[in-house]
Amino acid sequence: MSYSVIAIGTSWGGLMAMSKLLAGLPGDFPIPIAIVQHRSKDSDRLLSRLLQDSTPLTVCEIEDKDLLEPCKVYVAPADYHCLIEPGYFSLTIEEPIRYSRPSIDVMFMSAADTYGKEAIGVVLTGANEDGSRGLAHIVKRGGKALIQAPKSAEIPIMPEAAVRAVPSAEVLPLPQLTRRLIELSHEDADALAARRGGP
Amino acid sequence: MAVQIAEAAQSDPPAAVEAPQQAFKPDLERIEIELLLEGIFRHYGFDFRSYAYASIRRRLWKRIEEEGLANVSALQEKVLHDPGMMEKLLLDLSINVTAMFRDPNFYVTFREHVVPLLRTYPFIRIWHAGCSTGEEVYSMAILLREEGLYERARIYATDINEVVLQRAKAGIFPLERMQEYTDNYIKAGGKRSFSEYYTAKYGGALFDQTLTKNVVFAQHNLVTDRSFSEFNVILCRNVLIYFDKTLQSKVHSLFYDSLAMFGVLVLGSKETLRFMAHEECYQQIAPPEKIFRKVR
Repeated sequence: MSYSVIAIGTSWGGLMAMSKLLAGLPGDFPIPIAIVQHRSKDSDRLLSRLLQDSTPLTVCEIEDKDLLEPCKVYVAPADYHCLIEPGYFSLTIEEPIRYSRPSIDVMFMSAADTYGKEAIGVVLTGANEDGSRGLAHIVKRGGKALIQAPKSAEIPIMPEAAVRAVPSAEVLPLPQLTRRLIELSHEDADALAARRGGP
Repeated sequence: MAVQIAEAAQSDPPAAVEAPQQAFKPDLERIEIELLLEGIFRHYGFDFRSYAYASIRRRLWKRIEEEGLANVSALQEKVLHDPGMMEKLLLDLSINVTAMFRDPNFYVTFREHVVPLLRTYPFIRIWHAGCSTGEEVYSMAILLREEGLYERARIYATDINEVVLQRAKAGIFPLERMQEYTDNYIKAGGKRSFSEYYTAKYGGALFDQTLTKNVVFAQHNLVTDRSFSEFNVILCRNVLIYFDKTLQSKVHSLFYDSLAMFGVLVLGSKETLRFMAHEECYQQIAPPEKIFRKVR
């Protein structure tokens, strides 16, 4: 398998954007997808249930030490930070970062440090600048950065900040973003193994 | 995080600029972190060797950046030769973020499903493992008092960290959080007015000292210490998330051995017993709350 994880960050307008993004992915999409969507600390599993309606992939809310598996979409739970470890997730209740828990930056940075070149970060619509530092870190570690084209986003603030932080990122509207993820999932495993430094 | 490694690489000669990602060697860093944690254990006795890796790595880097150091090895040099640095790091490594009536729905479920069980006992022994600064201990004490069970309960509240235990004993919490705690208390099924439980004093909210009449605060290390009694309820919420699976499993053996038959184990709302050797020994009461009853 070429890429090991796709980490997606979004806030305002995220449910609609993620539903559209996931709707285009096939049921055998091989790369585990981890989502941080800003939401109130009291919110329950409704978000996962709504997303499940739009995709044949299995959507679940992350519990501590859940394994990263293919054909699954993982949603970070409300009021926890979520870290990507080698092959699994761990949760923490450290202080909110930039008023957010879960923080997109925290998940992205752990994805970058754990998976390096094998991590893909995606920033979608949102009304703050969370995610841009994490996305830059993913690129610094050799991973791939994708951003929803700000003009096509319900709220452009988050993708605009990400574009400023990562000018080299691929900036695409939603339908193309989905197609690009499918392309990346087909990237030759041998080629990746050849340039793979770790972990 | 390890931002500084990459930034340092960018100021190096051009070769490093072309491939900054090669400056970061995750395998090498893992060796450094393991050596540091081994050193801390052997020199100071604090055992962080089985903590969840990404999480401990994140906190080590916070300290490395604050001290203006270059890498984990540089931190090791400081920590091993300067007890003051160890003290700072100890505070970084223990997460003491908590709240009164955190996850109010848990308290509602506890009232509905566990309190009736507890009413059948003449005497109730409760272990609050990893109690931090005590907010959840006071929450449970309030709940038990409102349910008329406090007088026959004894709560053992333990933590690895003596500093936070002192704060727990003092029972003074920030006034500015009382609005949030009041909201939580109401959602948690509180039966009175939350403000009856504290008075503004010493620049904070001083909680009713009779709430700790039946509470014993004591230092206990989940990683190295053994069972010290048999309990009807063990609460350990959002503590084990910082451990790796091997250590989680070890602590679950300790909990199992410390619970009376039909005793109740409470975990954080996103924690599970999956993959644990004792999973089959418990029944989950009222999912999705993580309240388990020992049945075998």
